[in-house]
Amino acid sequence: MAKIMTVDDSVSLRRLVASALKSAGHDVLEADSGQSALSVAQTTSFDLIISDLNMPGMDGLTLVGQLRKLPAYRSTPILILTTEMDPTKKQAAKAAGATGWLVKPFDPTQLLATIRKVLD
Amino acid sequence: MSKSLSDIQTELLGTFFEESLEGLQQLESGLLALEESKGENADTINDVFRAAHSIKGGAGSFGLSEVGTLGHAMESMLEDFRSRRTVPTREMLAALLEGVDWLRNALDARMAGRSLPIDGIHAFCEQLETLRGAAPKPEPAKEHPVTAQALALSIDFLPVPRMLESGNEPMRLLRELSRLGTARTTTDVSKLPPLAEIDPSLCYFSWHIELEGSDVSKKAVEDVFCWVDTDAEIRIEPLVARSDEPEVVLPPVVGPAVVPALNPLHEAKATFATAGEARADNAIGSIRVGVDKIDLLMNMVGELVITQSMLGVIDDESRLDSRRIEQLREGLGLLARNTRSLQESVMRLRSVPISVVFSRFPRLVHDLGQQLGKQVELKVNGQTTEIDKTVVEKLGDPLVHLVRNSLDHGLETPELRRAAGKSEIGVIEISAYHHGGDVVVEVRDDGRGINRERVIERARQLGILGQNEAPPEDAIRDFIFAPGFSTATAVTDVSGRGVGMDVVRRNIRALGGDVFVETTVGKGTCISMRLPLTLAIIDGQLIRVGSHAYVVPLLSIIESVQVEPKRVSKFQGTHELYRLRDKLIPMIELGQVLGMQSWQRSEESLMMIVEADNAPIGLLVDELLAQQQVVVKSLETNYDRVVGLSGATILGDGSVAFILDTTAIGRLVRGTPSGAHAA
Repeated sequence: MAKIMTVDDSVSLRRLVASALKSAGHDVLEADSGQSALSVAQTTSFDLIISDLNMPGMDGLTLVGQLRKLPAYRSTPILILTTEMDPTKKQAAKAAGATGWLVKPFDPTQLLATIRKVLD
Repeated sequence: MSKSLSDIQTELLGTFFEESLEGLQQLESGLLALEESKGENADTINDVFRAAHSIKGGAGSFGLSEVGTLGHAMESMLEDFRSRRTVPTREMLAALLEGVDWLRNALDARMAGRSLPIDGIHAFCEQLETLRGAAPKPEPAKEHPVTAQALALSIDFLPVPRMLESGNEPMRLLRELSRLGTARTTTDVSKLPPLAEIDPSLCYFSWHIELEGSDVSKKAVEDVFCWVDTDAEIRIEPLVARSDEPEVVLPPVVGPAVVPALNPLHEAKATFATAGEARADNAIGSIRVGVDKIDLLMNMVGELVITQSMLGVIDDESRLDSRRIEQLREGLGLLARNTRSLQESVMRLRSVPISVVFSRFPRLVHDLGQQLGKQVELKVNGQTTEIDKTVVEKLGDPLVHLVRNSLDHGLETPELRRAAGKSEIGVIEISAYHHGGDVVVEVRDDGRGINRERVIERARQLGILGQNEAPPEDAIRDFIFAPGFSTATAVTDVSGRGVGMDVVRRNIRALGGDVFVETTVGKGTCISMRLPLTLAIIDGQLIRVGSHAYVVPLLSIIESVQVEPKRVSKFQGTHELYRLRDKLIPMIELGQVLGMQSWQRSEESLMMIVEADNAPIGLLVDELLAQQQVVVKSLETNYDRVVGLSGATILGDGSVAFILDTTAIGRLVRGTPSGAHAA
């Protein structure tokens, strides 16, 4: 069981991710914006953070950059959730410090399989 | 695991629908704003892009592929705007607005448990592509046929030392590889420095893996390493050269026009729809509720708990003397009151802001105005007015009808307006406000008005009015609501064929309301719908007249003044007028209107100036008491309709206070029939 934070301004997608993770027994916290995710991360540690890329206010890339500045998050897996198939987007995410990406649309089973790459 | 993953998807589908409909609203208003600003606004483009993007992303994850297809096509065009590859043109924005309609229809269909045929959607998406200047692209290549042949690969995995910093852990990747088949892994530790020099944040190892199994393919291995392809050197080669290597099947090259017909996937999508029926219920059955309403509910429950504990104390006492019985009675009374309040609070949860209905009009007016060649400005007032969800849902169609009528028949063409000395831009104003226990929704235009003579002429043609019969004074309101009535010289495709107003009235009456019409030739028309809202909570001013307390809706009060006798003048011997600044305001002795025989005007009377039919009247009252929120109770349901009173309420001390209907009182005094409507 891992402790995971999902960040997305869309309730339905955030819940979909969260519910899929919970069904696999993970402990999940939901954040509805980059800002709130960042402030939670200052006081709580997570084994994995999954964030949307396009969000109003602080977007996913900025969030990753900010998280990487926190000593506790130097090597925490952070996945970016995006529909962009654009390779430059993925490289931008990597450059910002993301561990990898999850491409929407996903089905929950696929999601669980993919995050195994970054969870014990 | 308590729920299956598909259950989770089904449960969240309702939320997705709600979000998407909100997103569509955003998309639509954003596109309209872009049209206005000629596409110059980067923030709006971002918002619009995000809205399309979210819908597309969600649609795919919830298995609504046709919605995803639409979203994708629109997003692509918006991405061109966002990256400044393209400047939005009118045609593009119009096409995107059409896309909003497609999306809405597609979502509606899904909510109803159906799905739109994919062919139309593909055709529309191709239109968008053509507008983007890109040639229609063939369908994306299908997955290569899966081969059951075991394949063996030789893999070299050489991470850069800093790979761990990205959160990628080589051991986990190796574990994932071993899920694909049998892996023989050799670790190269030659780069490991002496213990004292080891930096635990660096990776010093590299690996050679020989992988064999039925799920092994170059693609699967690449997928495992896809996040680290820039952090590591990865070489994947066939382990043994095999003669029976699966042949690669290339996707057939077909023109875009025939693809939809050939692709069996499309049939599958069409039949998928039946599974959606249970989901549709989710979407219709949910409602968003403000936290304040839930707080109110919590308060009520708190009260209920207190009452319960009060009664509980009595229960503990074995002896029931008269004092206890009195206490018991009081407690039960309180309980009854709490229950009622609780019931009302729960009912209030059902009310939603009328903006839900109003929000569709900017688009409607924009489109119709263009279609009819009329310039229109739309004003929307009172969007936050709350009204029961059921009423809101049934209000949409009549309102659309009225707005269409105003645009089509009410507003003149720019030329005619100029000739009439009006501004070329017509104004349509939609408003909602509370009026006593009612909610009034109005559609007002500054167009040509309804011509009484033509209405009468038409009524004679239809045989509603006999050839020699004298027309009634209120011919307009008597006839325009008659079935089949229309004075439009030509039937247009915008507003219908005279099946309109009677249907509007029937719908509104079905909700317990009524429709009124006011019109001035050359100036415009105002159609107002009064909808009852028996559970409305209004802000009221408590007043005292004689020994009774009454409530006046705060919204209708203009001001209150101390009566100065020298400003009072008599009119026709009986009517009194009060001169306030430059206006003469009719004075009304509330005590008399309310039928209090013993009431005497006191020396120190106060006059409360209130709004009645857009004209002020002065109500003489004895005292102004507190201002407070009151729950409007219907008199009709509990007693009978009383002219001049719009309802009653229960005050804090348990006494009943009537709520004054200032409009009706004004009419009563002016002598106009209070029920002046199109009945």
